[in-house]
Amino acid sequence: MAQETISTDVVIIGAGPCGLFAVFELGLLDMKCHLIDILDKPGGQCAELYPEKPIYDIPALPVVSGQELTERLMEQAAPFGPQYHYNEMVEEVQKLEDGRFRVKTDGGLVFEAKVVVIAAGGGSFQPKKPPIPGIEAYEGKSVFYAVKRMETFRNKKVLISGGGDSALDWTINLQPIAQSMQLIHRRDGFRAAPDSVNKMHALVEEGKMKFHLGQITALHGDNGQLTGVTAKGNDGKDYEIECDTLLPFFGLTMKLGPIANWGLNLHENLIPVDTEKFQTSEPGIFAIGDINTYPGKLKLILSGFHEAALMAQAAFKYANPDAKVTFQYTTSSTSLQKKLGVA
Amino acid sequence: MRIILVDGKGREHELEAMEGWRVMEIIRDYGFPIVAECGGACACGTCQVEVDPEWSAKLHEPREDELDQLDQNYGGEWSRLSCQLIMSAELDGLRLRLSDIAIREAA
Repeated sequence: MAQETISTDVVIIGAGPCGLFAVFELGLLDMKCHLIDILDKPGGQCAELYPEKPIYDIPALPVVSGQELTERLMEQAAPFGPQYHYNEMVEEVQKLEDGRFRVKTDGGLVFEAKVVVIAAGGGSFQPKKPPIPGIEAYEGKSVFYAVKRMETFRNKKVLISGGGDSALDWTINLQPIAQSMQLIHRRDGFRAAPDSVNKMHALVEEGKMKFHLGQITALHGDNGQLTGVTAKGNDGKDYEIECDTLLPFFGLTMKLGPIANWGLNLHENLIPVDTEKFQTSEPGIFAIGDINTYPGKLKLILSGFHEAALMAQAAFKYANPDAKVTFQYTTSSTSLQKKLGVA
Repeated sequence: MRIILVDGKGREHELEAMEGWRVMEIIRDYGFPIVAECGGACACGTCQVEVDPEWSAKLHEPREDELDQLDQNYGGEWSRLSCQLIMSAELDGLRLRLSDIAIREAA
């Protein structure tokens, strides 16, 4: 991983709708943005939790899906050349002596920015952990919540738990390289692409893998190395499954995560801001969208857009204390239209 | 109309219920530890309860989105989302247990 520091005007933490629209508003003021998101795609909750659910309260769009809203915001932000960094979680935000900020991610990226915008929604998406006693001792050694490198699982006796797309996809993809493959799920129905479910059933028919009905209740092994699990079947009876690797796939949940360690004032896991600048307790760090709180706050995408517009003005002034801002409209200003690439 | 709720320590509580209310709302009103983060939209799975097997058959079958949440939140055979159970006369006396999952989420 390159250790070179990326210098920019703005680091936006979170590439959901508010982060994406902030690129537009900051871009009109000539501020260049880098967006960092823990997910592998833009859109935040819109993309991860409800990509296909219709949204009815975006002005001028009577109905739009989370997916489409994300695509349109990306298109609107594109003229300003935002840089996206996916699969990265911001771990540290540190103020430098010159008033700028150093931002570090878990993947080793380092940024220096004039301002930081936290548009992190409910926080960072993290895998849901199954409530099996003592599972922490195995995590990272023989229990994994994601597949980073398939090679890790070559010649392993893999047990996958879950019934969604991730569980099914990895069952099918890892089966050819694993020594053995087993899948356990609480019911004989799946919320996954029917094609994947059919493929899994075919592998079971061919004797290439096993499918178990039930729920894991205990892990067995030593020093973090799994040797097997106990599962409870739907008949209430316990049975044993031999495996040396467990991959639980139960979807994602949102946790505030490292934001709690950045020295900002927090209120019930939200970041209090003023409603003029949407600035946090640390000048130069702004918070917009679901992550912030103020009297009368509504967690609406619409409100986040408004917050982005006002924040952008304040962020520009923080970064350029001596510059004069002339407020302009995109309908009439040729200079704004040039920035948008339409004049 | 009432619900019998068994808490995490095995103690029984009798809750006054009202027709048409979501069981989740009744449990939450009494201050028991459930988050019900999504407010009853069947989108978070944090209001999970275990229904007494004898009562289970009297409930409507879970819809696909409820099953999906139970899948993702480690539901057992008798698990339901309390936000999807609506009180009616037939459910007077409904016996439930707070699930360990809900308790963990609320901790």
